[in-house]
Amino acid sequence: MKFFIPLDSAAVALGADEVAALILSEAARLDVTVEIIRNGSRGMVWLEPLVEVVTEAGRTGFGPMTLADVPGLFRDLSAHPKALGLVDALPWMAGQTRLTFARVGVIDPLSLAEYEAQGGLSGLHRAMGLDAAGIVAEVTASGLRGRGGAGFPTGIKWKTVADARADRKYIVCNADEGDSATFADRMLMEGDPFTLIEGMVIAGLATGATKGFVYIRSEYPIAIRVMQAAVRIAEDGGLLGPSVLGRGPRFDLEIRVGAGAYVCGEETSLLNSLEGKRGVVRAKPPLPALEGFMGKPTVVNNVISLASIPVILQRGAAFYKTFGLGRSHGTIPLQIAGNVRFGGLYETGFGLTLGQIVDDIAGGTASGRAVKAVQVGGPLGAYHPRSHFDTPFGYEEFGAKDGLIGHAGLTIFDDSADMLAQARFAMEFCAIESCGKCTPCRIGAVRGTETIDRIARGDATAIPLLTDLCATMKSGSLCALGGFTPYPVLSALTHFPNDFAPVKEAAE
Amino acid sequence: MLDHATPPGLADRIEEILNDHNGMEGPLLPVLHSLQAAFGHVPQAALPIIARALNLSRAEVHGVMSFYHDFREAPAGRHVVKLCRAEACQAMGADRVAAHAKARLGVDWHGTTATGAVTLEPVFCLGLCACAPAAMVDGKLIGRCDEARLDAVLDGVRA
Repeated sequence: MKFFIPLDSAAVALGADEVAALILSEAARLDVTVEIIRNGSRGMVWLEPLVEVVTEAGRTGFGPMTLADVPGLFRDLSAHPKALGLVDALPWMAGQTRLTFARVGVIDPLSLAEYEAQGGLSGLHRAMGLDAAGIVAEVTASGLRGRGGAGFPTGIKWKTVADARADRKYIVCNADEGDSATFADRMLMEGDPFTLIEGMVIAGLATGATKGFVYIRSEYPIAIRVMQAAVRIAEDGGLLGPSVLGRGPRFDLEIRVGAGAYVCGEETSLLNSLEGKRGVVRAKPPLPALEGFMGKPTVVNNVISLASIPVILQRGAAFYKTFGLGRSHGTIPLQIAGNVRFGGLYETGFGLTLGQIVDDIAGGTASGRAVKAVQVGGPLGAYHPRSHFDTPFGYEEFGAKDGLIGHAGLTIFDDSADMLAQARFAMEFCAIESCGKCTPCRIGAVRGTETIDRIARGDATAIPLLTDLCATMKSGSLCALGGFTPYPVLSALTHFPNDFAPVKEAAE
Repeated sequence: MLDHATPPGLADRIEEILNDHNGMEGPLLPVLHSLQAAFGHVPQAALPIIARALNLSRAEVHGVMSFYHDFREAPAGRHVVKLCRAEACQAMGADRVAAHAKARLGVDWHGTTATGAVTLEPVFCLGLCACAPAAMVDGKLIGRCDEARLDAVLDGVRA
């Protein structure tokens, strides 16, 4: 029997290792020969651990698996209480447009042969038939924008680095995915690491960079382990090293590990950290594209931006651009989290409304209570009320609602949430994680928590003070940490004023 | 040197670690990670040696070490329990779980129980946001870590 059992962090956190171990020992007891592939997650976290059995009909799913469900896998499968049917036919899977995540959960993440068999490296092969300018033109034409949150056009960033003259250039992958509700980078690295490596190699060809770094947060031990193994396999397979695929230029890749500083997800802070310095934000200009790692021209891209490059080269910019809405082209891996019935990763073209995502795809809350707020874009994103549920998922569309899509994480809260407490947490988090370089962030966040405490004690005169402080932080901070903390604070205040009322009537 | 005894074999081990990172661009974080992996903390006696080897001032090395939440000056308890405090976990009751952990262990964040068994630490996101609340105990990930689950975990790490 052949099994797929995810090695993905979420699956492991829900018992996948124990299920895998029991399947092995049960098979030994029954004298059944089994093969277990530890794959990535399909992204249906509510079904994890999701065990797949290869049958004549295809890959059949069973989940969420407990240890008690294991013996049944060796009896009549159709009678198994956790049988889900063919995994690819499940509505969650069938409804998606999986371009970047096409292989995640499908293949053995550390099999370069399987990677190639499933379309891997065909983007790189096509790129090697183009010149550097041709690759940049393709990426520009695809309309791909930075998936880390800032939404800057990837092609333009690459062109800046390609046009810069220097003896060395670098590709730095920002895998410091610190935003709550986001786990797409982690899932991609754990489930299909060669896609990221291929994207970085293509970025090297396009810009003349010969060295890459993946800066992964230390909170992701499994992603670190898989990426380190994948780099060694890619070196042995000739994808990385002195000559890419034996006919290209040199490209080396190094995995680096962060050290628990949220602010290092900001690109200049990340570069300082990579250089071995305090993760303090740098003022821009100079742009990292011109003076980045060690002062050399550097592409800094998010994991998902880089991992979307292979499919863009493979299937062409025009194909990729057919998905999406307005100026948000292509697909986006939505990460649906928090108090949610069906949570996980759902890749789709831009343009679904917030309501379609929360009510239809995610099925509302896990608690069964009403949805009160959805925070979109991580800790620096706004809290959206139900009245925003008609907002289409796109960079500009959420900007118009005084919010942002960030790294496309959505945290759902039910009606027991206290939005004043959430606003206070945003300020507290900013105070804890501030790098300390600029005053509005370093001091403002501390004063922000104090001011919200005054409001909580019933002092309504502190409300205009909070609004004023947020304006200062927004316009006076060097980076998004201080500059965007006002999004969750002000959205909570604007959309949920009852939670900030001097007398909380409900509490009386 | 601060108030912690110099671990035995420190000088040799630092030398080895520095050699392992020879030629690396920006080696300081990897060096500190390796030291912490070897000793469970970053022995402060190592800082001047690192500073000399990397041509940095002691203040610079101290500045880097103290900037990052991960690096500890002193050993943690025998078990480290990290609870996620971030929003997705809050939406599933992480604040309640944290209060329960603090009460049961009798410590606040970053505290170690009197017996030295358990250190309690906050963490901001383990990427387990769709199976919140999340925890990490001695490096092992735990999803849907409500009060009951946490109690079972703490029962297992009393030693």
